[in-house]
Amino acid sequence: MKQKTDVLQGTLGLMVLKTLDVLGSQHGYGIARRIEQISGDLLAVNQGTLYPVLLKLEQEGAIESEWGASENNRRARFYRLTRAGRKLLEAETRDWEQTAAIIARFFEVKAEDLP
Amino acid sequence: MRFLRRWWKRTRNFSTGQQDDQRLREEMEQHIALQTDENLRAGMSPVEARRQAVLKFGAREAIREEYHAQQGLPFLENLTQDVRFALRMLRKSPGFSAIAILTMALGIGATTAIFSLVNATLLHPLRFPHPEELVRIEDDLPGAGVTDAGISVPEFKDLQRSGIFQYAVLQIFGSVNLTGASQPSRAQYEGVSPAYFAMLGVKPELGHTFDPQDQTPGFTLETVISDGLWKRAYGSDPHIVGRSLRGDNDLYRIIGVMPPGFRDPGRTVGERNTEVWAATGFSADPAPPPNRSLRAPLETVGRLKPGVTMAAAQSQLDAWVASLRKQFPDDYPADSRWTVRLVPLKENVVGNVRQPLILLLGAVALVLLIGCVNVANLLLARASARSREMAVRQALGAARKRLVRQLLTESLLLSLLGGVAGLVILFCMKGFLLRLIPESLPRLNDLSINWTVMLFALAVSIAAGVIFGLAPARQAGRVDLAHTLRVEGRGSKGSTEQTRTRRVLVVTEFALSLVLMVAAGLLLRSFWDLYKAPLGFNPQHVMTVQLWLPSPNDPKTDIYGTAAQEAVFARELLRRSRLLPGVQEAALGSEPSIPLHHDRNKSALIVEGRQTQSKQQPLVERSQVTPGYFHLLKIPVLRGRLFNDGDDENAPLVAVINEAMARTCWRGEDPLGKRLKLGRGRAGVGQRASKSWVTIVGVVADARTESLANASVPQIYLSLYQETPKELAIFLRGDLNASAIPEEVRAMVQSVDPELPVYGAQTLNDAVTASLEQRRFSMDIVAAFAVTALLLAALGIYGVISYIVSERTRDIGIRLALGAQRGKIMAMVLRQGLGLAMAGAALGLVGSVIVSHLMAGLLYGVSPTDLLTFAGVTLVLTAVALAACYIPARRAMRVDPLVALHYE
Repeated sequence: MKQKTDVLQGTLGLMVLKTLDVLGSQHGYGIARRIEQISGDLLAVNQGTLYPVLLKLEQEGAIESEWGASENNRRARFYRLTRAGRKLLEAETRDWEQTAAIIARFFEVKAEDLP
Repeated sequence: MRFLRRWWKRTRNFSTGQQDDQRLREEMEQHIALQTDENLRAGMSPVEARRQAVLKFGAREAIREEYHAQQGLPFLENLTQDVRFALRMLRKSPGFSAIAILTMALGIGATTAIFSLVNATLLHPLRFPHPEELVRIEDDLPGAGVTDAGISVPEFKDLQRSGIFQYAVLQIFGSVNLTGASQPSRAQYEGVSPAYFAMLGVKPELGHTFDPQDQTPGFTLETVISDGLWKRAYGSDPHIVGRSLRGDNDLYRIIGVMPPGFRDPGRTVGERNTEVWAATGFSADPAPPPNRSLRAPLETVGRLKPGVTMAAAQSQLDAWVASLRKQFPDDYPADSRWTVRLVPLKENVVGNVRQPLILLLGAVALVLLIGCVNVANLLLARASARSREMAVRQALGAARKRLVRQLLTESLLLSLLGGVAGLVILFCMKGFLLRLIPESLPRLNDLSINWTVMLFALAVSIAAGVIFGLAPARQAGRVDLAHTLRVEGRGSKGSTEQTRTRRVLVVTEFALSLVLMVAAGLLLRSFWDLYKAPLGFNPQHVMTVQLWLPSPNDPKTDIYGTAAQEAVFARELLRRSRLLPGVQEAALGSEPSIPLHHDRNKSALIVEGRQTQSKQQPLVERSQVTPGYFHLLKIPVLRGRLFNDGDDENAPLVAVINEAMARTCWRGEDPLGKRLKLGRGRAGVGQRASKSWVTIVGVVADARTESLANASVPQIYLSLYQETPKELAIFLRGDLNASAIPEEVRAMVQSVDPELPVYGAQTLNDAVTASLEQRRFSMDIVAAFAVTALLLAALGIYGVISYIVSERTRDIGIRLALGAQRGKIMAMVLRQGLGLAMAGAALGLVGSVIVSHLMAGLLYGVSPTDLLTFAGVTLVLTAVALAACYIPARRAMRVDPLVALHYE
C-alpha cells in the first residue's frame, strides 16, 4: 500500500482544483479528460488514481459532491469547488507560481552572470 | 486545520466502520462506461473499446485499496485485526498461553513489587515540599577524631543568623512518660526548635503547629501529637486541640495533630515513630546554660534557600566557619580543626538501604529477563510449528513487515496480559507482602501501588514483550518459502538458525541464573556466618524490659535527679525483680547496654596524660550497668575486677572496659588503673561530661553486643550507681514465662512508682533474630528469585534438548539401525545439554564476579570471590541441567529405529 509521492499527489490535487474552478461542477471522468487534454501525453497517469485524490480533497472540505446525471444520461457523481476550496486554490496557485518563478530563475542564471 | 478535519473524518469512518465502497464502485463503473462510449465514438469495436477503457483506468483493486486506506486509518485497522487474530491464537493454545502469561505475570508482578519499594524509599524518600532543600548539618572535629560532634546553642544561633538557610532547627530525640490516663505509657518524643514544622513544610491535620518566630528560651509547653497517638490515646477526639497532656510530669497544651501519613525524618525506626513533639529554645532548663564550647548531642537540620545548591551553601558555610574560628579562638582551638558538613536529609532514609534495594531490583530484573528468555523460547518452539502457516501467508502475498508486526502484536499482548495478571496478583497479595517487609527498612511513606508504579508496570510489560517477541518475529521474517512449503508440514524441520537462536537463549538463561545463584549463595553464607558467629554473651533465658524515668523541665522537681536519688530506686527495683517468679538473676543497665539495641551512645574521651588534640582518640560506646550485668549475660572478666555494690556516689568513679577498647587506647600497656574523662553522651540527659577522673578497674572479653557483624567495638561501662541513666533496662535471667513477665514487671515497677510506664519487653533471643531481620529479608528474596531462575533455566534447557531430540529422531533411528549403542545415544544427548550448561556457566561466572564485587558491602565474613560458593553453585546448576536433559535423553535412547524410519 505504498503512497504515491507527495509531489504527484499535490500537483494532481491542484490540477483537480483548477479544473473545477474553470469548468464548475464536473464528474470524475470529465476531470480526468480535461487534465489529459491539457497535459497531453506528458502526464501518464492512470485515470483511476484521481479518485483517492478526490476523496482526500473532499475530506479536507475543498470540494463537495453529489449524484447527478451526465450528458448522456448516466448517473454520475459531480464534484464542485467549495468556498474553502477556492481559497485553497488561490493560495496554492500563488505558492506554485512563486516556486516556479524561483526555479525558473535558477535555470536562467549562468555562471558568468554572477558577480 | 485542513489536516485536522481530514483526520477527524478518517477517525470517524474508522470508528463507525463505515466504508463507502459502493459509491467508489459505482463511480468507477460509470467512469469506464463513459470512456467506453468515447472509444466507441472513435470507431473501436465494443470489446476493444471496453478493454482500452479499463486499461486506461488502471488497476481497479489497487485504487480501491488506496481509496480505502485514505478513507479510514489503516494503521489502527491493522492493529485491531492483529489483536483480534492474536487473541484467537492465544485461545487456540490455552496451555501455552497460560504458561507464558503466568511466567510474565510472576516476573512483572515481582518487578513491580520491588519497584514500589524502591519508589517509596529511594526515589521519594521525603514526602515534603522541595525535599532537595532539606539538609542535615553536622559538625566535625577531625583534629579530635570526632565526626558529628553535636552543636552548641550559641553556635546554632549564629548559624540561624548567618542567612545561609531559610530555616535551621535543632532536634533532640528521646522518650516521654505520658501520665494522667489509667495506665502511664511511654511515647517516642522529639524536642525541636519552633520552626521545625514550618521548615518541613507540613500542615497538621487538626489545629496548628508551633509558631516559627517563637523565642521562648525553654519549652513552650505546647505540643503536637501524631495521628497514631491521637487515635490510640484520645479515641480520635475531634476537639483534641486545647486539651492537655502530661509528659514527664509537665503539663503541655495540645495544639495540633499531624496527618496520618506523616512520619518524622529521623535516622532510626524509633526516631521515625516519634509521637510527641515539643518546641524549645534549648537555652533554659532542663538544658544547660548556653556555652559556646559546650557541644550538646543535638541534631541540626536546615532548609536551603530556593535555588541555592548544596555546593554553594557548603562554601558559604566554610566561610562562616572560618570567621567564627577567628572570632572565638578559645572556643574553636585550631588543632581540633572544626568544620561543618552538609548531608542531604534523605540520607537519613536511604543511606542504609540503597545497596540492598538496588541488589533486590537487580535480582528481580534478572528473574524477569530469564522469564522473557523462557517465553521467547516457547514462542520459538511454537513458531517452528507455525512456520507452514507463515509460509502460506507469505505465498498469498502477505508482506514480511506485516507478519513481523503481527507476531510482535501477539507477544506484546502476551506480556500486557501478563502485566495485568501480575498487578492483580500484587493487589491480592498486598497485605501478605507488606508483612514480609522488616520494620527496620526505613521509609517515611506508605507503600502503595500508585500511578508511578502502574506506569512502571506498563513500561516493563511493553519492554518485556518486545524483548521476548523480537527473536521469533525476526525468524518469521526469514522463512524459506519454497523449502517450508515443500516439506509440507512433515515434522516441520526448523531452520538451523532457529536452533542456534534457541541455544543462545538457553545459554543466556543459564548465565543469568548463575549470577543470581552466586549472589544468593554469598548472601546465604554471610547470613550463616553471622548467625553462627560466637556472640560473646549468652542470650538464652534472658529477657529485657525497659522503663523511662521522667525528666521534667525544671530539674528541681526531678525526683530521680541525682545519682543518690536514683540509686535508691535502682536498688529497690533490683531487690523486687529477684523476687519475680522464675527469676534467678537480675541486673539493671542503661538502654544502650541492651545487646543489639539500635540506640547508640558514643562518647569522646580524654585519657589522662595524653593531649586529646595530638592523639586521636576513638569514640567509645558508653553504658551504665549494675554489678550483676556481666555475670547475667555471661560476659567473662579477663583482668581486674567487675563493679560491686560499693561503687556508689560516695566512692571514686570506676569503669570497666572491653578488650577492643583496651587494644585501641592502650596498645601494649596495662589499662588497669589508667584514668580518663568522658565527654557528654549522645542520650544527653543524666550523662553530663564527667568532671573528675574515672579509673579503669577491669577488662571484659569482647562481645557482639553492638552489632553481630563487628565483635570489636570499643566499649566502656560505668557503674549505674555512680552515673544514672534516664532510660533503664531491667535484665532478668531464669526460667521465665515470656508472656507473663511484661505484666509482672509492670506491676512490680508500679508498686515502687505508679507513674512509670513499662515497655519494650523482649527475650534476648528475639533481639538477636530481629537484628538479622533486614539481612534475612534481602537474603530470602534473592534466594527465592534464584530458585525461580534455576527452575526457569531448567525448563528452558529441557525444552531445547527435547526439541533437538525430536528433530533428530530420524537421525537417531538410522544410527541405532546401524548398530549404535543406546548408552552412547543417551550420552550424546546429555553431552549437548552439558555443553549448553557449561557455556552458560562460563559466561555466568564472569558476570558473577562483577556482581559479587558490587555487592561486597552486603557481605560478611565471605570474600566476593568465595571459591566454595562459586564452585558449589556451578555444580548445582550443572546437576540441574543434566537432570533436565535426562528425560529427553532417555526418550532418545528408547527411539525405535523401525518406527522412526517408518514415520519419516
